[in-house]
This record gives sequence, C-alpha cells and structure tokens, in this order.
Amino acid sequence: MQLNQKKPAINIKAALTIATSALLGTVPAIANAANDSTTVTKAQLESAWDFESAFLYYSEGDRVSAAEAIISARKTFANDEVLNLKLTIDSLTGASANGAAAQPNVQTFTRPSGKGSYQTKAGETPLDDTFKDTRVQLNAQWTQPLAANYTGSAGVHISKEYDYLSLGINGNLAYDFNQKNSTFSVGLSYFQDSFKPEGGIPLAFASMPLAYGNDSDTDNSVNKAGFDATRRTDSDDKTTADIMLGFTQVINRRMVMQFNYSYSKVDGYLNDPFKVLSLVNSEGITQDYLYENRPDTRVKQSLFAQTKYHFEQNVIDVSYRYMWDDWEISSHTIDTRLRIPLSSSSYIEPHLRFYQQSAAEFYQPFLAQANSMPEFASADYRIGEMSAYTVGLKYGMKLSDGNDLSFRLEYYRQDPKNSGHLAPDALANVDLYESVDAIIAQVSYSF
Amino acid sequence: MKINSFNRNSFSANLASRTVKCSLFSAVIILVSGCSSLGVQPWERDLLAKEEMALTSSPIDSALDDHIYFSKEASSGGKSFGGGGCGCN
Repeated sequence: MQLNQKKPAINIKAALTIATSALLGTVPAIANAANDSTTVTKAQLESAWDFESAFLYYSEGDRVSAAEAIISARKTFANDEVLNLKLTIDSLTGASANGAAAQPNVQTFTRPSGKGSYQTKAGETPLDDTFKDTRVQLNAQWTQPLAANYTGSAGVHISKEYDYLSLGINGNLAYDFNQKNSTFSVGLSYFQDSFKPEGGIPLAFASMPLAYGNDSDTDNSVNKAGFDATRRTDSDDKTTADIMLGFTQVINRRMVMQFNYSYSKVDGYLNDPFKVLSLVNSEGITQDYLYENRPDTRVKQSLFAQTKYHFEQNVIDVSYRYMWDDWEISSHTIDTRLRIPLSSSSYIEPHLRFYQQSAAEFYQPFLAQANSMPEFASADYRIGEMSAYTVGLKYGMKLSDGNDLSFRLEYYRQDPKNSGHLAPDALANVDLYESVDAIIAQVSYSF
Repeated sequence: MKINSFNRNSFSANLASRTVKCSLFSAVIILVSGCSSLGVQPWERDLLAKEEMALTSSPIDSALDDHIYFSKEASSGGKSFGGGGCGCN
C-alpha cells in the first residue's frame, strides 16, 4: 500500500461535465470508469461543455445585501444544436423601505408575520429589517437551426424562494437574410408566479394591525384575531406574457446594431404585501399605516436600440431603452461600456449607466386624511419618480490555460424625487426621498 | 385642503414619448429598407466574429444586472425578456 500516493489534481471542468451528463441521463462511459485515473483526461477530451461561473455581492450598506452565484453550462452538439443550462442561487438579507414616511418621533411597526414589531428612530426612513430569503433558479434553453436561415429556440425557467414560486417558458424564432447581415426575430415568453408571503396577503388599505406574540396570552389571542381580520388570503398569483420583436443589422466590418420592441402584460396580484402608506393629519403627523393597493393589471412596452462599434483596438457598446406602461411610468436607460485592451490577454472595461423614470399615477409618498381615499395608492419609491446611475469598472484576463477570469466593481446610486407632492409641516422637515447607495462586486470565471 | 397634487404636464410628456417612439421606429424602417446595401461579405467578418463584438458579450453579467435593476427599478427587459421570475419586485 502506498501511503503517500499523490492525488490526481481535481479538474472542476471534468467533474462538472460528468455531473451535467449524469443529470441529463446521458451517463457517459467515462463515468463508469469512476476510479480510473484517466477519467479526468478522457472527460476533458470528450467534453464540449463550456462553463461560465460568477459570484456577485451587492450591498446597500445599512439596507439590503445580497449574494448571488451563477453557473452556466453550454454544449454545442452536431448540427449546431446548443443546450444551455443555468443554475442561480441567491440570498438576500437586510432592511428594505416599508413605504411609511419618516416622522419627528419614533415609529413602531408590526412585522409582516404579525409576530413582533420593530421601531424606526425619529427622522429616519422606516426600514423593515425582517427580509431574509434564499432563491434557487434553474434555466434550460435549447437552440437549433430549423431550416436554411431559420433558428429556433425554446426554454424553461423555474425559480423557488421560501415564499415564491415562478415557472416560465419561452420560445424564439430568428430569420437571417441579406447574407446573414440582417436578422428578424420574434420571441414569446410566459411566466406563472405564485406568492405565499409570511403573514398572508393583507386586504387593500387595511390598517396595519397590532403585533401579537410579545404580550400576555389574552392580549395575544385578541391581537391574533385582529391581525387575521386584516388578511384576505394566504397566497395569490400573477402571470406575465411577453412578446418581443427584434431586428439585428450588420452595418459594416466594424459595426452592428440591434432594435427590439417588447410588449409585456402582467395580470394578477401586483401589490407588495409588505408595503404600507402613512395616513397623515394636516400637520403631517402619522395617524395610521395602510397596506398599499395597486391595479391588478399592467401593460409595459419598450423600445431598445444597441450599437457595437469596433475601433482600431477598443470596442464600444452603447444602448438605449425607452419604456412606458399604463401606470403612466415611463423611463429612459442609457448603458455604455468601452472595452480597452491592455495587452493581448487582458482588458479593462469602464461602464456607465443612466436611468430616469417618472412616477406611477397612483404613487403617493403618503396619504392625507383631508383627501378622499384613492382607488389605488402605493408609496413604494421604486414606482415613484427617480433617477439613478451606475459607474463601474471591469478587469478581465485570459489565463495561461486559456480560461477567462474577470473582476467587476460598480457603484449604483438611486435618487428618488418629489413628483409634485406638497408635504405638510412635520413631513417638510424629514427626508421623504432618501437616496440609496449600493456597491456591486463580482468575480467571473469561464472554463 | 388638497395636500397631494399632481403637477404633471401630461401634454409635453406625451409629446416627448411620441417623439422618442417615432424616431426609433423611423430608424428601424430606414435600416430595414436600406439593409440590402448594408453589411459585409463573409470574408469581412474578422472583427464581428470576435467574442467582444457579440451583442451580449457577457450573458452572465447581463443576467446579474437584469436581476438587480428588475428588483430596484420600475422597468425591466428591452434587451431580453423582462418577465417574472422572482418575488423581488
């Protein structure tokens, strides 16, 4: 027996190739030779799988932070058929704005589950710190030529969180013409989501109930009944149907352009069950917190244009998107990247993104007692007027074994804005439109 | 007293959005009608064939970005499908 036998080097690619093949039920002969020291080499030789992986960390400092890992596997079969499998895992923790307005005094909120409460200091934007979720997502996409100049693609999507399940399918058909310099494409996608939030689905505009679980037994059952009275149901659904028309054109040896039109219809439960609005008196002092209510349908459309241009060395990527919907939100997004080679095997890529959106017609930073109750209202800053920008830098290199390694660091800032809401006294002295800063850090490795 | 008042100039907003839509649609139509004179011969694809010239040169970065902006902003999609997929919005 050899005690100091040298272990064969672990080859991630070979191991993943075997795992992927096994998952697909195409257990190759190589897997049967499990302990054979030639397994690795053999797998490498027979493998046409390409892997891309990335780990991303997103942090808003005192608010939400998220970690996300992706591994994507791609195999090209004979006849140019391509299978792409992708696994995404992310985990979210931290605090998120609950929609209530800051006040000159301490505020107490019931947690979404109803069990217990949390407090917000005077003058601070109320943040619900109970967010904690892990999500697993699987995607599979099959692409193949259907006839001369026609390419078809079909895919499935499954995403599962503790309180959320999303199932999706998509299909795409592309037609190349003009010596493959022009391509038309049409795509369809359909998602069916179901949401079972902690504490159930609140009734529209119901008052935030008192917490239970911290007091004596008698109070508990009273408060529990009070909490239940504000709930409509345990879970609810939504569907999303998308159509996308695309046109791609090669302009010349250095330039390619793309244009897309998208139509998206969302139906079902579109509220955020954790978001409330402050109901304030004429002095701006909060009298109650009411759960938000959004329409149960939304139609979004967008136009997207992208250009890539190859200079002598550098490659610039510029895109613009105009989006509008029947909630009266419209937005402009400009995204630019410039890839600058540093050597034959490394590059840097500065990234700039600008975003601006108008508010949904029912967005209100708070409700006033003096006004009649609207049909719909939400104080979620994400559907209010806002501008945002991202500044980032990516550094990528080709390793000696031919694999790619890259690092990306970005800064993202959101500046919510007042879209014409007059704030009474107490609210005039607090920040109703607090900015959010985030750092995005990512490492990617392709092998 | 009406405390919340919308101060929106919907006419100019509509005009702006129409202008944007019209100019983008026109760009597409001009391109489509003139596309037979655009493009390259198969042997002129040396630069276009480079990985960094692909319209989505880094699908993973795009997927991660889409997820972030989908959950933090009111817009999604455009380049690819912007549908459901997570309970983050």
